[in-house]
Amino acid sequence: MRLLVFSILSLLLMFADYRFREVDVLRSMLSTLVAPIQIIVDTPSQVLRWAERRSADYESLYEENAELKSQALILQLKLQKMVAITTENIRLRELLDGAKRAEAEVVVAEVIGVDVDPFTHEIVINRGASKGVVPGQPLLDASGVMGQVISVNRYTSRVLLISDARHALPVEVNRNGIRAIAVGNGISNELELLHLPDTADIKQGDILITSGLAGRFPHGYPVAVVNEVRHDPGQTFAEVKATPLAALTRSRQVLLVTPEPAPLTADDAETGNKEKIN
Amino acid sequence: MPQVTRGVFTIYFSFLIALMLSVMPLPDNLQWWRPEWVLLILLYWIVAFPDRIGIGTAWVVGLLLDVLEGNLLGMNAFSLTVVAYVAQLSYQRIQMFAWPQQVLTVFFLVALNQLIGHWIKGVLGVSVQTLMFLLPAIVSALLWPWVFVILRGIKRRYHVH
Repeated sequence: MRLLVFSILSLLLMFADYRFREVDVLRSMLSTLVAPIQIIVDTPSQVLRWAERRSADYESLYEENAELKSQALILQLKLQKMVAITTENIRLRELLDGAKRAEAEVVVAEVIGVDVDPFTHEIVINRGASKGVVPGQPLLDASGVMGQVISVNRYTSRVLLISDARHALPVEVNRNGIRAIAVGNGISNELELLHLPDTADIKQGDILITSGLAGRFPHGYPVAVVNEVRHDPGQTFAEVKATPLAALTRSRQVLLVTPEPAPLTADDAETGNKEKIN
Repeated sequence: MPQVTRGVFTIYFSFLIALMLSVMPLPDNLQWWRPEWVLLILLYWIVAFPDRIGIGTAWVVGLLLDVLEGNLLGMNAFSLTVVAYVAQLSYQRIQMFAWPQQVLTVFFLVALNQLIGHWIKGVLGVSVQTLMFLLPAIVSALLWPWVFVILRGIKRRYHVH
């Protein structure tokens, strides 16, 4: 009898959680309840890093500082070039009567938890609704796209990584603009490109960037590098595998990108056509 | 009365530890080997106090585990409920069993739990075609004697009745 009651209760809950958004309220309430457990579990690694910082000696700090300074110098140099290129780009776009691309704003966050289920690739970050995080927001690390926010609590949010089997991301080849969809296949350092014709010009070493077509990820962030292209005569499409550029399983410091206000409008489509004609 | 309260808190505390162990960070390739701590501890308390710990406890703990792991709400609650029911049916036998038989029983119970979870994930389309999901059942079964002895020690030490 009790078995029946509780089984039906959990089946109803599963169905409701799958179908209706309202259950998220319950989930975030319960999440707040178990948040202390997550914090306690994260404590050892926090302490370890704190101890590491504390015990770092003068010599290595000095070296690291010097290295960072030279890195900053190089980045600034690149930035100078970027400024010139950006202004030139804006001028050209104005000439073509195109829409200006908004500069994306970023917020730094830290990974505080990793999903324990080997079948899903999700992480928990330490920024939530209180910092203005919204579901669907893209997450990057220093070298590429990591994933997108799927649920937001008050102080933490859960992020689906691009390597998860449920995640698909519209990308384009940086070299020639061929569009494709990169889906995760459940292996943490591999993406697959779907529906690329056998004749498509794509080869090993090509960089894939976000195409911004779905309107969720801004255009032009690096995603992955192609590491295998296989042409099987028996298959309709080429089999293309790519390695994500972001350190999906290692990054601790991550960046949340504020979504652009109007992702894709009829206006944009029009200018796209114009550019092609010109 | 205070004794009863103390006993209840010991049980709560053991579940708290189990929940912490089940979300403790592990290296990537060890993830598959993570034992089902919550289920192991639940099984012990069911065998020890079949009249007090049962389906209700299993459901609540399972729901907490779902929230912690970010699963579909109710998935672990459902599988733990079913396993708790089976364990309640057979607790007398488990009490009588020798170690090897107990280990085997625990293996089947954990495997049942994993299987239900795998089915539910399969329905949602997130599962991968591999038998690796049964690894925790093996690890959990091998850990059972230790869990049993430790929890029995705790039970006697803190006079849980």
